[in-house]
Amino acid sequence: MANPGTLKVRVDRDKCQGHNRCKALAPELFELDEYGNAQEKGDGTVPTGLEEKAYLAKSNCPEFAVEVIET
Amino acid sequence: MSQRPAVQDWATDFDHLDPKWVNDPFPIWDDLRQRCPIAHTERFMGVYLPTRYEDVRAVAYDPEHFSSRRVIVRETPPPRIPAPPITSDPPEHRPARMVLLPPFTPDAMKKLEPRARAIANELIDKFAARGNCDAAVEYAQEIPVRVIAHLLGLPEGDGDLYRKWIHEILEVGITDVSVAVKAAGEMTQYFMGPVQERMQKPGDDLISYLVHAKFNGQAMTPENVLGSLRLLLIAGIDTTWSGIGSCIWHLAKTPADRRRLVGEPQLMPTAIEELLRAYAPVTMAREVVKETSINGCTFKPGQMVMLSFPAANRDPAMFEDADKVVIDRKENRHAAFGLGIHRCVGSNLARLELTVAVEELLKRIPEFSLAGEVKWSQGTVRGPRNLPIRFG
Repeated sequence: MANPGTLKVRVDRDKCQGHNRCKALAPELFELDEYGNAQEKGDGTVPTGLEEKAYLAKSNCPEFAVEVIET
Repeated sequence: MSQRPAVQDWATDFDHLDPKWVNDPFPIWDDLRQRCPIAHTERFMGVYLPTRYEDVRAVAYDPEHFSSRRVIVRETPPPRIPAPPITSDPPEHRPARMVLLPPFTPDAMKKLEPRARAIANELIDKFAARGNCDAAVEYAQEIPVRVIAHLLGLPEGDGDLYRKWIHEILEVGITDVSVAVKAAGEMTQYFMGPVQERMQKPGDDLISYLVHAKFNGQAMTPENVLGSLRLLLIAGIDTTWSGIGSCIWHLAKTPADRRRLVGEPQLMPTAIEELLRAYAPVTMAREVVKETSINGCTFKPGQMVMLSFPAANRDPAMFEDADKVVIDRKENRHAAFGLGIHRCVGSNLARLELTVAVEELLKRIPEFSLAGEVKWSQGTVRGPRNLPIRFG
């Protein structure tokens, strides 16, 4: 597991089709716009303890739109 | 349904109306995926069938070569029955879709949850004491019609009418197109009154929303509104009814999974996704409009492509233990709601209905098993049409 604060999530807005998997699995990290398409909350920094949820969101996105970036 | 010639070789002569496919398509797809993997048939005036996840995905992502102007494989191509945005290609697709998205977000769907739970319980009340039921007829099929009617602001009792049209368009209409066309006409007629009424006097239902909705300052044309309403009825009912039925079918024949869900209700969202993967109800189609090739297979214009999300969901190259139902599966990029720009607009509604239907049934009737012959639908949407279960 990475050190606190070293992970960021990012939603590729061109790829996202609004399946809502990331928001369902990690509501702390993602939010939806009025059309139901996702974006990362704030600058996408993953707080300590939510690393697993970040990877879960990534591995359940049918459009491969969620990235987890190790900074 | 008329008697059809027996399939000679599934790779070169497949037929999705064949009883073998209707009753258990999974071994057929598994076999094709290993040896073919893109099958073709001369039936239905020529149809391709990719069975691997990556090929299904490639077709879904390529509206330039694979058009949505026909999304159902039929014996003969019907006069066009537009139901935007599912039958739209870029650039018309985007505005027709964007206007439909806001009323189907997860938050919007949450408002329907109390009514959905009440509907489930009203249905269970009718058969709980009897000790058995047909879970497809008395439960699964009733939930989506009532929820959709509620959402549209139409009488929940009109469900029989909706199911008649769906049966005519999606099942009978595969081989007798005139039946599908007639049903579509009846639907248009049915919606005309409520649409006009809400143009004068809007309420807070979905028809009112559609009549007055704007995207980029542009209101929908009346034809567009009627087309979208037809789509919501056709796409929003037997799909979810089939999904609910398949979930109950699995839980009836897999006591270990059922008991685990009763004991660990927090597993429900993950389990529902897995059941959606394993028993994805919907197979879409595309029409080839420009010649192209994928994985060595050349797609000829004018022919159809069956877009089997259910087959893609069983691809072992994409899913570990693809042929097993693993209700706590962690990684699950399933394609039950499609891939790319045509992702099911109602996916959040479907998830709500599936979750509510399974949760309420398990709360009231935690023990049940199969009690007779299961009959499956045929065609575009797969699910049990008869599902006799006994309780206890």
